[in-house]
Amino acid sequence: MATQEKTRLTRDLMAARIAAEFQDGWIVNLGVGMPTMCSDFLPADRFIVLHSENGLIGYGRNATVEEATPYVVNAGTFPVLLQPFASIVHHADAFAVIRSGRLDVGVLGAYEVGANGDLANWKTSREKKGGGIGGAMDIAACAQRIFVLMEHTTRDGKPRLLERCNLPITAAGVVKLVMTDLGLFEPDGEGFTARELAPGFSLEEVQALTGAPLRAAAGLREVQIG
Amino acid sequence: MPAPNKRFADFASAVADIPDGATIMIGGFGAGTPHNLIKALYEHGARDLTLILNAAGTGRDPGPGPAHVTPSTLIEARRVRKAIMAFTASTHPSRTTPVEELQEAGEMEAELVPQGTLAERIRAGGAGIPAFYTPTAVGTELAEGKEHRVFNGRTYLLYEALTADYAFVRARNADEFGNLVFRRAERNFNPLMAMAARCTIVETEEIVPIGALDPDHIHTPGIYVSRIVQIPPDGIFHITRGAAGGAGQQGR
Repeated sequence: MATQEKTRLTRDLMAARIAAEFQDGWIVNLGVGMPTMCSDFLPADRFIVLHSENGLIGYGRNATVEEATPYVVNAGTFPVLLQPFASIVHHADAFAVIRSGRLDVGVLGAYEVGANGDLANWKTSREKKGGGIGGAMDIAACAQRIFVLMEHTTRDGKPRLLERCNLPITAAGVVKLVMTDLGLFEPDGEGFTARELAPGFSLEEVQALTGAPLRAAAGLREVQIG
Repeated sequence: MPAPNKRFADFASAVADIPDGATIMIGGFGAGTPHNLIKALYEHGARDLTLILNAAGTGRDPGPGPAHVTPSTLIEARRVRKAIMAFTASTHPSRTTPVEELQEAGEMEAELVPQGTLAERIRAGGAGIPAFYTPTAVGTELAEGKEHRVFNGRTYLLYEALTADYAFVRARNADEFGNLVFRRAERNFNPLMAMAARCTIVETEEIVPIGALDPDHIHTPGIYVSRIVQIPPDGIFHITRGAAGGAGQQGR
């Protein structure tokens, strides 16, 4: 019997799906890596203000090579375009926006997410002295909600969605939604609730790749944008 | 009596008095990095430095131009005793940075600070505030040993302000008194550091006469600036990439 070819979601699809969660009027911070891709997929029918740690308030999509300038860059230092309503502040004021709770959502990459909403994204082992925190700890601690955008498993196939994080955490109990290449999940305390799954994948198949109990949300469906 | 002219002829003379053991803040976040001053410091030879900066950048190759000299170049040359920064590791977990290697080997000290806390410590240092509380990093391994205090039911950590002997700053424009204007995201840490150091040295693309800048549009007042150096044409570089390309190109 021929097995049906199944592919995990592309990075573009993951970014577009999480961006579809942004609500009208939200102030949104996109973290380094995959989250910055969301700026190319903002819902056209909603007004979204993208905020960056380096002080851009109101940027838009990625710039093409022709459009790019070296001084309008996102948190990942990739050239972007400013919106007509944009303004610029210095680094301390950029974090005043964050610390005062004005971000409606921070979208961050992660190494691990716990069923209790814990986020681990700054250090790849407990023993290592160094790490890359950047703005993630401020955003994770202070945004109204955190969405995570990451691969469902590590390169060697180990789950990243766990009952509890193994790695040192960035912030406790902050993750509300996780978009992976296998679907859209909510940490629910004991495990994760699957809202949407990648086309062709069953709950059992995804459970086998998840390090915590997975349950189906009412109305579980294939990943859909819009 | 006219305002003093703070213009220095070249980068070498602007950094010549920096002693061994100095603490130096270095601006920049992808954009707005004072590479010409970093290169001059590298050539000057001061050692045993403490650097306060967001990240060290990629070094490993001093190369022909100032773009290739980063704080990481100083670190690899064993000229840095301690760094206070928001990234000691790369954002790509597969890559190892010189800071990580030297820190693991016990050859340098690195203090990792969340980026917003780092910016606020510098801002506080420039504003005469000795310490402040922030909710960032509560419940993480960075909170160990820190003073915790509850305000209105939420837990905060105490962090102390940072000041420095010198700040290296990059600005789009300066007038001869040192009033500064920054361009777009090149602003980042630069105005904060300009206020937090005893001697702020600025590299700028254009120095204009006093009075040429509108006082309403100045980002950093000249009272915070000690020295300004005009970047020569071959020292103005920006590494640019864009969607559907990604290859580095140089331009203004």
